[in-house]
Amino acid sequence: MLRAEDVVVSYGRRRVLGGVGIEVPPGRVTGLAGPSGCGKSTLARVLAMLLKPAAGRLTVDGVGVRRWRHRVPRELRGQVALIFQQPRLAVDPRFTVLDVIAEPLRATGQPVERARELAEEMGLTPELLSRRPHEVSDGQLQRACVARSLALRPRYVICDEMTTMLDASTQAHLVARLEAYRLESGAGVLAVTHDEELLDRWTGPSGGSTHHLSAAAPAIRGTAATET
Amino acid sequence: MTPLPRLRVEGLSVRFHLPGATVRAVTDAHFEVRSGQCVALVGESGCGKSVMAHALLGLLPGNASVEGAAWLESGDAPPVDLVAAPEKVLARTIRGRRVGLVPQSPAAHLTPVRTARAQLTEALRELGNPDRADALAERAGLRPPDLDLYPHQLSGGMAQRVVNAIALAGDPWLIIADEPTSGLDRPLVDATMTELRRLADDGRAVLLITHDLRAAQQVADHVAVMYASRILSVEPAADFFTRPRHPYAAGLLDALPSRGFAAIPGQPPELSDLPEGCAFRPRCARATDDCERLPQPLGSGRVACHHPLENHAAR
Repeated sequence: MLRAEDVVVSYGRRRVLGGVGIEVPPGRVTGLAGPSGCGKSTLARVLAMLLKPAAGRLTVDGVGVRRWRHRVPRELRGQVALIFQQPRLAVDPRFTVLDVIAEPLRATGQPVERARELAEEMGLTPELLSRRPHEVSDGQLQRACVARSLALRPRYVICDEMTTMLDASTQAHLVARLEAYRLESGAGVLAVTHDEELLDRWTGPSGGSTHHLSAAAPAIRGTAATET
Repeated sequence: MTPLPRLRVEGLSVRFHLPGATVRAVTDAHFEVRSGQCVALVGESGCGKSVMAHALLGLLPGNASVEGAAWLESGDAPPVDLVAAPEKVLARTIRGRRVGLVPQSPAAHLTPVRTARAQLTEALRELGNPDRADALAERAGLRPPDLDLYPHQLSGGMAQRVVNAIALAGDPWLIIADEPTSGLDRPLVDATMTELRRLADDGRAVLLITHDLRAAQQVADHVAVMYASRILSVEPAADFFTRPRHPYAAGLLDALPSRGFAAIPGQPPELSDLPEGCAFRPRCARATDDCERLPQPLGSGRVACHHPLENHAAR
């Protein structure tokens, strides 16, 4: 279980999350919905250990997270993967597509050959792998980001508005790939999106639940994500 | 008698010349937008639809070559070919005045260090519109005090209304909305689509460029599907969403979460290396040897396919 409790995050004087909790069980797709600006992405970053909350606790399969961002211990870091909304802002523009996918493998000293298989599983053809991000489409780059996120076989995958920039066919393909990974590995998936139709379709097969985050107001305290 | 105002795109092609490659971004596009109409141009990322928008605004980079024509026949002014007119004419008489752009990501389109009011007032002054910023803002659904905010203080929906107000400052007849909904949540998408519909109902013409089929369904009268630089079909929206005739259109619709949620197999071809004949052939379940020849758009339904799906209502 990936569990966040009583998470508080403020940007300057603006409180974005005022004591929010969420549980992402393994083997299921959990939804996280809410309007623009309600703190969905902020919570996603906390869950991926990329943002240290002002208060609150995060545990990954019972192990408490004490260090954040680049100080996260290696054995924890590979457990949770994050896929961002805008692939262009999530890759190093100097890398080739293959480098993008191989980065986590390289960082953990694993054979980088695996990157080619990951690319193939995502439907990326070999001639795309030597290109730089500006030479491929948004959809192709997001496929590479999904491949990258699965490189270390994470226990939890957080998809933060992964498909809002993409056409319907690419969306269906990316979701199908993550579903295949979930079924094969038993990983937990958190689908962050404001698209209710997508959430129903995505969380439904695993019997997962959806949390609704209400719009953040500066004065609100203790608004827990309520389950429906 | 003045002819009906319309935008008439005829045989428009755009190519980019890169070292060692030619990218065919738009090939032989034909369509029309009339007063009171909203035409949605849909397709996946990288199919050339944004290049179409830039071509119509005369904002293509220097390495682009253009063929064909895009006649703007609106108002009392003589018709103008948007892709052949010199920059001076476009800058002084077309952009902002007869063609307005509702941009992608409104927050990024605004200058971060100036208030919404400063930017709207500048647009009104440059376009010679005597209206006050407050009046225009109210028409766009903003309260006048909202105009004194800086872009980072605006919510996504407010920023959208500010750029709408700026796009309307010169009272243009044609509105080109280039992915106006990407990154917005459903209520904001709904609000933006309602606004575009209102502009069309006021007698303007709206060209909506989007990958969001549900947004298109909310406002469009006609849907043009673009794939690998070509327009494959132009159909009335009601037909497109209920009984699409082009196999690619049917595949796109079946990928929606509310329908089959099934991806079209394969990926679109590179625009620098397009196959002969129908570009959708490698991914199409209905393809035969005929598809190695380029299909001509058929009759009034305008579907470029050798094996279109049945449209019972049309027979």
